[in-house]
Amino acid sequence: MSISSTTPATSAAADAEERAIPKQRGRRRRVELSEGKKQERKLGWLLCAPAAIVMVAVTAYPILYSFWLSLQRYDLKFPDEREFVWFSNYVTVLTNGYWWTAFGVTMLITLVSVVVELVLGMGLAIIMHRTLVGRGLVRTSALIPYGIVTVVAAFSWRYAWTPGTGYLANLVSPEGAPLTERASALGIIILAEIWKTTPFMALLLMAGLALVPDDLLKAASMDGATWWQRFTKVMLPVMKPAILVALLFRTLDALRVFDNIYVLTNGANETSSVSMIAYNNLIKGLNLGIGSTMSVLIFLTVAIIAFIFVKLFGTAAPGSDEGRR
Amino acid sequence: MAISDRHPQRRTLRARALAAGAAIALVAPLAACGSDEGGVPVLNLYQFPVENMQSVIDRCNQQAGGRYEIVYQVLPRSADDQRVQMVRRLAAKDDSMDILGMDVTWTQEFASANWIKEWTGDDRAEIENGTLPGPLASAEYEDKVYAAPNNTNVQLLWYRKDLVPTPPKTWDEMIQMSRQLQAEGKTYQVVTMGAQYEGLVVLFNSLVASAGGQVVSEDGKTAVMDEGAVRGLETLKTFATSGVTTPSFSNALEDDVRLAFQNGGGAFQLNWPFVWASMQGDAPDLARNVGWARYPGIDPNTPSVTTIGGSNIAVSSYSKHPDLAFEAAKCLRDRESQKYLAINAGQPPSIESIYNDADMAEAYPMKDTLLEELKNASPRPRTAAYQNLSTVVAAQLSPPSGIEPQKTAGELRKSIQAAIDSKGVLP
Repeated sequence: MSISSTTPATSAAADAEERAIPKQRGRRRRVELSEGKKQERKLGWLLCAPAAIVMVAVTAYPILYSFWLSLQRYDLKFPDEREFVWFSNYVTVLTNGYWWTAFGVTMLITLVSVVVELVLGMGLAIIMHRTLVGRGLVRTSALIPYGIVTVVAAFSWRYAWTPGTGYLANLVSPEGAPLTERASALGIIILAEIWKTTPFMALLLMAGLALVPDDLLKAASMDGATWWQRFTKVMLPVMKPAILVALLFRTLDALRVFDNIYVLTNGANETSSVSMIAYNNLIKGLNLGIGSTMSVLIFLTVAIIAFIFVKLFGTAAPGSDEGRR
Repeated sequence: MAISDRHPQRRTLRARALAAGAAIALVAPLAACGSDEGGVPVLNLYQFPVENMQSVIDRCNQQAGGRYEIVYQVLPRSADDQRVQMVRRLAAKDDSMDILGMDVTWTQEFASANWIKEWTGDDRAEIENGTLPGPLASAEYEDKVYAAPNNTNVQLLWYRKDLVPTPPKTWDEMIQMSRQLQAEGKTYQVVTMGAQYEGLVVLFNSLVASAGGQVVSEDGKTAVMDEGAVRGLETLKTFATSGVTTPSFSNALEDDVRLAFQNGGGAFQLNWPFVWASMQGDAPDLARNVGWARYPGIDPNTPSVTTIGGSNIAVSSYSKHPDLAFEAAKCLRDRESQKYLAINAGQPPSIESIYNDADMAEAYPMKDTLLEELKNASPRPRTAAYQNLSTVVAAQLSPPSGIEPQKTAGELRKSIQAAIDSKGVLP
């Protein structure tokens, strides 16, 4: 699987491509391959083919089907008026204020929560990595928020921030209902996201920390590097691949934010994310055309972000380990 | 000794366990099949939670004499959750749903989606007989009847007799009276629902209907928003900006309004009749001074037209026993069932003659006013896209003080039409 540098998110397409690419590349770059090597490669492809085929079957079909639905006027309320409308649904969605508001909200939540999580996660990872006493206890307790079901956690946040039942509501402003105002509601949603997924970030970063050789750090400190210099000049560069994996995972995950918003505000006061608004149109509105259009647009956003990650961070990005060879 | 003692005991235990297991294995599939194959056909009633509903179902099952058995599948409390659960099953053509108890506003949507069966012939004649015209209209779609009206509801004007000697007939009069009370330093507020939800759409619909206006054409295919609708918007704006509302008007739901009035926070309340029973229990002193009157109108010479609430009963298109389902549905909403629920679950009936029964007077002292309003009530816009329409209307009318009648009407016409054409995007 090391040849392709396509994005992980478009894995369905990538899988299909991958089976075509090796021959070309093989001809172009690896002419010197011996017969044995060729056989080995062939076996490799044969071995991963079943998995790839299953992947394509379970991911490509729904993706193509929602794309097909997005080109139609298809509203369960009006079954007789189903018709093919080309890209008219895309025009409708992309010229709609609600969609762009939700898009902005999603981007804001993603950006803020991922940045904060990276910083906190790094701190937590270092603590978990360095702890000498009660290491198991420290690691376990740090992972508790990640172990709690999101909806359950979201409900306890909701009650905590509801005046009358909650212990947090009156902490910030004596008579306010923070979940009913846009800015504070968004703040609470982001807080809930960060609380919930920082441990995940920390876990991935800790794996990266384990890659940093102790000798390197010792050598740096012999050379008189301060703690900060060791962190930025030694640890971070070594950890870069792990950081990118963590960032990519969390960004794509944050982009799909749904549970917390659904429970905390249900999208009131313009706090809907793109997933929320797609759900509202698809499930509540029964509008398969518009709803699928939104799903496809979310898919494209995810694909673009994954692509940018891989291109922007180049060789160190996950999935493209060619440069390191 | 001990060992040889235990062995036989263990063996008998194991033997018993085996026997029991075998018995269960043999009987269990029989029990599972018994209900459907050959036995009494089970009719699943999917309905929101209703107090004492089981008694009604038991009576119908008894009456059926073994021809069918209704089983009550209770849906969640919130209307949105009920609808989502129903439509997901219906979209998947779930044949385990037979009878659907649903909000009046879903009838046209389900009918248009071909999810519920039309009522024809004798069945239709039977449910039309003696039923109030307003509730009946809520069960129609494109001149066909798709559901049987079950219970119904309208909002009334509740006022403090100690502050207001004669109830107002119009909104203008009510605002004026309220201002007068305010000037005298007395309790003056008019409390009603103004949050961004269905309640605001109900208020808007009552105002438009009272002004003789129309939101959507009769066939539910075109957004109208005529002069009357603009007048309704004007009244709503005037009311919201007149200073007679409570500060929480634009956030108030039914229960907030009930509580505010019950705690002495208003001279007038526009709300459903459930507030009466609650007032009797929680604030009996205040309740003694509370009177009721017809919902205020817009024009002094034209009585108000109020929005119909309540629920209908329909038969799913995917039911395996449609004939029995129709029969069971008729029983669930017949005179006896409706009257029982009117008294034991606080649901006003849709059959007119029930209001004349002597024992109704105790539970519904306001029944004459209720009936008067019901005879001249307006269903909400009857379009399959009602759910979408309601969402966009609530969003555009919120907060009501921000309404600019002409402009808002134009925007509403556009977004309602988009909703009807499946082009509307829901927020």
